[in-house]
Amino acid sequence: MINSILKIENLSASYDDKVIIQNINLEFQKNKITAIMGPSGCGKTTLLRCLNRMHELTPNAKVSGKILLESTNLNDNFMELNSTDPILVRRRIGMVFQRPNPFPNLTIYQNVLAGYLLNGIKLKKQEADEIVEKHLNLVALWDEVKDNLKKHGTFLSGGQQQRLCIARALAMEPDVLLLDEPTSALDPISTQRIEDLIVELQKTVTIIIVTHNVGQAGRVSDFVAFLYLGDLIEYGLTDTIFTNPKNLQTEKFLTGKIS
Amino acid sequence: MNKTSFRRIKNDTYKLGLILLTIISTVPFLLILFFVIKNGIAVINWEFLTSLPKPIGENGGGIINGLIGTGILIIIATIIAIPIGIITGVYLAEYPNNLLSNSVRIVSEIFQGVPSIVVGIIAYFWLVKPMGHFSALSGSFALALILLPMIIKSTEEMVKLVPADIKEASLSLGVPYYRSILKVIIPASLSGILTGALTGIARISGETAPLLFTAFGDSFFNINIFKPISSLPLLIFNYSISPYQAWWAKAWGISFLIVIFILILNILTRILYKKI
Repeated sequence: MINSILKIENLSASYDDKVIIQNINLEFQKNKITAIMGPSGCGKTTLLRCLNRMHELTPNAKVSGKILLESTNLNDNFMELNSTDPILVRRRIGMVFQRPNPFPNLTIYQNVLAGYLLNGIKLKKQEADEIVEKHLNLVALWDEVKDNLKKHGTFLSGGQQQRLCIARALAMEPDVLLLDEPTSALDPISTQRIEDLIVELQKTVTIIIVTHNVGQAGRVSDFVAFLYLGDLIEYGLTDTIFTNPKNLQTEKFLTGKIS
Repeated sequence: MNKTSFRRIKNDTYKLGLILLTIISTVPFLLILFFVIKNGIAVINWEFLTSLPKPIGENGGGIINGLIGTGILIIIATIIAIPIGIITGVYLAEYPNNLLSNSVRIVSEIFQGVPSIVVGIIAYFWLVKPMGHFSALSGSFALALILLPMIIKSTEEMVKLVPADIKEASLSLGVPYYRSILKVIIPASLSGILTGALTGIARISGETAPLLFTAFGDSFFNINIFKPISSLPLLIFNYSISPYQAWWAKAWGISFLIVIFILILNILTRILYKKI
């Protein structure tokens, strides 16, 4: 049974007239983890940033093609992201970045609520407390920080900061969570904790993770898309692609002959 | 003599040279500070700080008019310059390479080098002449013109230091651009922006030339910003060119007050700077 939440049709993106990705067609499955892997510079991050309309913030950036997100409206099945207010898009599609980036002027508590606070959405004290506790629990950070909620987020270790950033994105209750190489700046133990967390989170949210680490794609993902020089080379179930890649480039990448 | 000990002697000679030159360059500052404190501290007393100047020939009298005047001039100049400076600085940092920002940046940098007396003349033609009389407001305006480029520069530099991914984090949460600037970028760079503002305020608190044609001075107690007003640097100027020894002493006393004020601002700046 296929249950797509996000579809990409003929997506191309460029900036400064340099084409980064071209004619990508992909469907992301609901509550599954899709890994986008490929060597550096293949356009993984650009593809991800198109999905929440962050790519267009780069000067001279262009995007063409369609991105369709499952609609909340009962009449339509899908809504076109490029004709939707980017602010609404970003509230439904959360993002976690390469380097942990908690807001330095906010406390841990405020960081989890940042999406509400910065948007000026008023919450009752009790509601706010519940959101903070629920999402810090979700990222397995509650026990570590519950006595230090009033401290600034930047005092935490790198791995804790990254989990805080995941909690911050989840607190907005997005349908899709984009992870842009979330562990590339972290040590192996923190990386493992984040990977475990990602697998755990797919119950609540659809996850799309960009990684240049083949092992990570294999460990966490259900589906995998392989990008090479801006083209989508292969897409399918992780188990299938890892054991029986159809394309020579994919095989070379999986076996470490190109990276 | 072997090679190593020759090198050691060479090293020591250079080091000694550096230390000597450092001392030489600091000595004049220390001497100025010494004389200001020595001559100034004796003058400071309660009456000096709280009463109006007395006519020549009478003993005593103070500088309350100058203290109040400088306070008013600085506060109004700050109120004018800080919002405009911060907004402009944020714009320059956010849109670094368009025609407007490049022009504003150049103009603001040139303006930083314009002699302060020229700024005074500008304020004279823009405000004093149309209004028909000298006023505290025109003095504040002149000081604001000096303060503005400093705030623009420091805001631009500080906003540029905020990592791009902090802004992206905010945008990715669906926070509109203007709110991201107001709630994330400016707070994250606020201590740096304030450091720049304090440095600027320290600079304008000692400015005399731009006030000559604008605030003009006044020997009575005045808090009306549409009337001429006294200020500490103007009092120093007037007292020190006078032929009376008692007035010279007052000029020292005021100098001491300004030095102390700048010292306090500098300490505040350092405390803030540590927070960046």
